[in-house]
Order: sequence, then structure tokens, then C-alpha cells
Amino acid sequence: MHELSIAQSLFEIVLEEGRRYRLERVNTIRLQIGALAAVVPEALTFSFNMISENSIASGALLEIETVPVVAHCPKCDVLCEVENLVFLCPECGEPLFDIVSGRELSIIDIEGETGEEDGAG
Amino acid sequence: MAQVKVPIVRNILQANERLAAENRRRFDEAGIYVFNLMSSPGAGKTSLLERTIDHLSGRIKMAVIEGDIQTSYDAERIQQKGVQAVQINTDGGCHLDGNMIQQAMDSLDLAHVDLLIIENVGNLVCPAEFNLGEHDKVMIFSVTEGDEKPLKYPLMFQTSSVLLINKIDLLPYVDCDLSKVRDRARQLNGGQEVFEISCRTGEGLEPWFVWLEGKVRERQSRRSARA
Repeated sequence: MHELSIAQSLFEIVLEEGRRYRLERVNTIRLQIGALAAVVPEALTFSFNMISENSIASGALLEIETVPVVAHCPKCDVLCEVENLVFLCPECGEPLFDIVSGRELSIIDIEGETGEEDGAG
Repeated sequence: MAQVKVPIVRNILQANERLAAENRRRFDEAGIYVFNLMSSPGAGKTSLLERTIDHLSGRIKMAVIEGDIQTSYDAERIQQKGVQAVQINTDGGCHLDGNMIQQAMDSLDLAHVDLLIIENVGNLVCPAEFNLGEHDKVMIFSVTEGDEKPLKYPLMFQTSSVLLINKIDLLPYVDCDLSKVRDRARQLNGGQEVFEISCRTGEGLEPWFVWLEGKVRERQSRRSARA
């Protein structure tokens, strides 16, 4: 259940950014999570909902986009998508060490409401 | 109410990454080689440490950080060998993180240490996601766990520079196909060093000791090159 630690870190970032942009409510939080990251989206959402109760992010929707695993083959100098977790170049069969994407645990943006009137400022 | 969308683009675990980077800087300044030892519960982490300490003590100065949910059994086992050890109890937490290591480091005398071993909480999932500042992740897989484990816990196998396959003395009694383990691990991480060992009989440990001592000496030579 390390999703709880990840949810805690996410919550702290959301509060910090919420203060910076003077948000009174956070409705949606968009995340990118690599297919290789050991994170279960349902567990992350459950943990986040629990932690964020009675805060500006209470009830916020986590929109989680899964990022495919992509690696670079130095021999063929191509990027290849790693399918079924086989980290071998489909062209030459060399092991792939240079992981370009798939380990992400990123917050991309948040949508929320400020206290200001629409169109003000 | 004004609806706004604010771009952020931040790594959720950046706080941990920052602490891990600070730890790494401290390790490098002190010229200490550090590895993060991970496995499922009961795969033989502490037994490997005991064997490794017995073999290297006298030549290499070691310290150990022990991570467990509860108890200080493991740190006591290590201290009986005359090696300084500090126990972290995570009180339910399933992994160690950079902050816990930073605190544990303060209760160790690292001035004359060459090798620091961090024994993570027994768990094949969560520890793989949290960097501690280590130079290498080392994992133990024991043959009693079944040859499908690389498929079920890919991140652990993918991120570990070293795979120790332990309890090979039990191979006649279990249905574990070693060639399947090796093939599946190689598909996840073709650069991984693989050692087949038995901490009970001592079989196969010599190449691991040689590899580890090489890593420690490499760090030491960088330290003396700077001095």
C-alpha cells in the first residue's frame, strides 16, 4: 500500500499549487503514470480521497493517463515500445537499458475554482 | 467563481527524489558504496548479510541499516557480528524512503565506513518505487517463491542491478525452473548481474563477494583520487 505515501505527496503538491493559484476548490487532477510504475490507480484514488477529506481537494477526480513503456536501442538507434515487459529490441534482440518513458509518476495539471468572479481580472 | 486550469508538471515523488539525491551526495563525499537490498519476506536478506559480513570483515568496514515493520531482531543479528547496525521500524509502512535513511544515517558513524547496506522491508512491490540514494539496487529471489515471480513483480526485477537467486540447495524439492527465472529476468533487465547462491550451504557466494568487493574498491579509489 505504498499508494498511500504517493497520495500523501500528491496531496501536498495539490495544496501548495492551490495556494499559489488561490484555488478555493480543486475539481480535477490530471496525472500521468507509467505502465512500469508499481501503482494501482484504484488504490491511489482511494488513498487520495481519504487524505483529501475536508480540504480544497475533497471529492476531486483523479484523471490517470497510463504512459506506455518506451526504450531506446543504441544499436539500431530507434525508439521502441516495450510490449509484455520484454526489454529486448524487437529488431536486433539487444537488451534495452535506456528507458525513455514508462516510469512516470507525474502531476500534469489541476482544474479548480478561484473565489474571483468570472471574467474578473 | 472562475474556473481555472493550472499546468503543473511535477514528479509526485519529487520530495523523496530530493532527499535521495542528498543522501547520495553524502555517500559519495564519504566514498561509501551503498546498496539497497530488497526481496520478499523470508528470501534470505539477513542471512546474506551475515554471510557477507563474515567474508568481508577485517578487509572492509561495514554498516547496516535494517528496515522492518516491527522488532529489532535483524539489527541485533547484525550487531552480534560486531558491525554497527541501526534499526528502522516503519510501524506498518511497506517500504523505506529517503527521509528514513537520512535520519538513520545520523545514528551511524560513517566516517570510517566503506560499505553501507540498507536492508529494505520484505516486499517485492513498493520498495522498488522509492530511491534511497543507493548506488545499486540488489534483489534476492529464492527458488521456493516460484519461477513466475519476474512476470508478477516486473519493476523490482527491472530496477535491480543484481539478482541473487537464493536457496538453490532446495531446488530438488521445489518446482522452480531456474532457466525460466533467468530468461524472464533477462527479458526485463538484460544487464543484470545474476548469482545463484545458497546462504545455508555457502554454495555460489564467492562470485558475489568478488563482485561486491570490486564495487567497494572502485568507490574507495575515487575517494583517494580526490583526496
